[in-house]
Amino acid sequence: MQLNNIIFVYQGEVTADLVSSILQMVENKLEGEGEDRKVKKRVFNVMVECLQNVYHHLDALPPTDPSNPVRDKTALLMIGREEKDYFIITGNHVLNDRIPDLKARLDRINRASKEELKQLYQEVLTGTGFSEKGTAGLGMIDIARKSGQRLGYDFHPVNEKYSFFSLEARVSRIPEK
Amino acid sequence: MRNLVIEPTSKTPKVILNADLGIFEITGRSIPEDAIGFYRKVLDWIEEYSKNPLPETAFKFHLEYFNTSSSKCLLDIFRKLERMHKNGHKVVIRWHYDADDEDMAETGQDYQALLDVPFELVPV
Repeated sequence: MQLNNIIFVYQGEVTADLVSSILQMVENKLEGEGEDRKVKKRVFNVMVECLQNVYHHLDALPPTDPSNPVRDKTALLMIGREEKDYFIITGNHVLNDRIPDLKARLDRINRASKEELKQLYQEVLTGTGFSEKGTAGLGMIDIARKSGQRLGYDFHPVNEKYSFFSLEARVSRIPEK
Repeated sequence: MRNLVIEPTSKTPKVILNADLGIFEITGRSIPEDAIGFYRKVLDWIEEYSKNPLPETAFKFHLEYFNTSSSKCLLDIFRKLERMHKNGHKVVIRWHYDADDEDMAETGQDYQALLDVPFELVPV
């Protein structure tokens, strides 16, 4: 990954206003560079879900304990472009005991075919599917549908309580026919 | 009943619910963090309207983008319209989308498959 491929990178606290500003900025940038309309919309859609996922996750956390060495309300957001793909990467701390559930969900999404993802989306949307809390589950499925590629992820251990969770979604720059 | 008009913002759509003129529209983009908060007024209005609706209700949706939390709220709106339809009222949902926007066409088809109410896909 070369530095000039990066459209935007941010590390810090994530507020609703910040999410709005990033969306606006990246949208203007895509607009200005005359990116294909369909690609632009997909990138924007995936970006909205990725950023809002992180925002909702951090927003739901209790206030940070000052004695906590892990800045659990801090996130990493990065958007960039390579020859074939746009990539959207988010990173945030998660409690280790949440990892099995997250991992199972991501693996299930990554294993699903296009048709299965559609079915999964409808099940979660109508609340008839496997137990999913809120709309966070829907967000991940939507990202996978719009991306059309496997979601990349990693859990990097920080200490006995936390890991750093990173998620990468890619959107092809070549509009499918 | 009182009309409901909500002006659009960079994250929320324009809403026109006018029972006097028979205009029912949600257009623009819908990507608020708190979609439930935004759509509460809309759902309340439709709930009230459905008690004594016009002979025919044609509800237009034309969304450029929407996030997944909005998608749940849209389903709630569609369910209310579906109930009106099942109660014998004439209701049609018109899902407008830009003709080259396959994703939005597909989303419309997804909803169409889930609902038991006239649901037209309108490429523009």
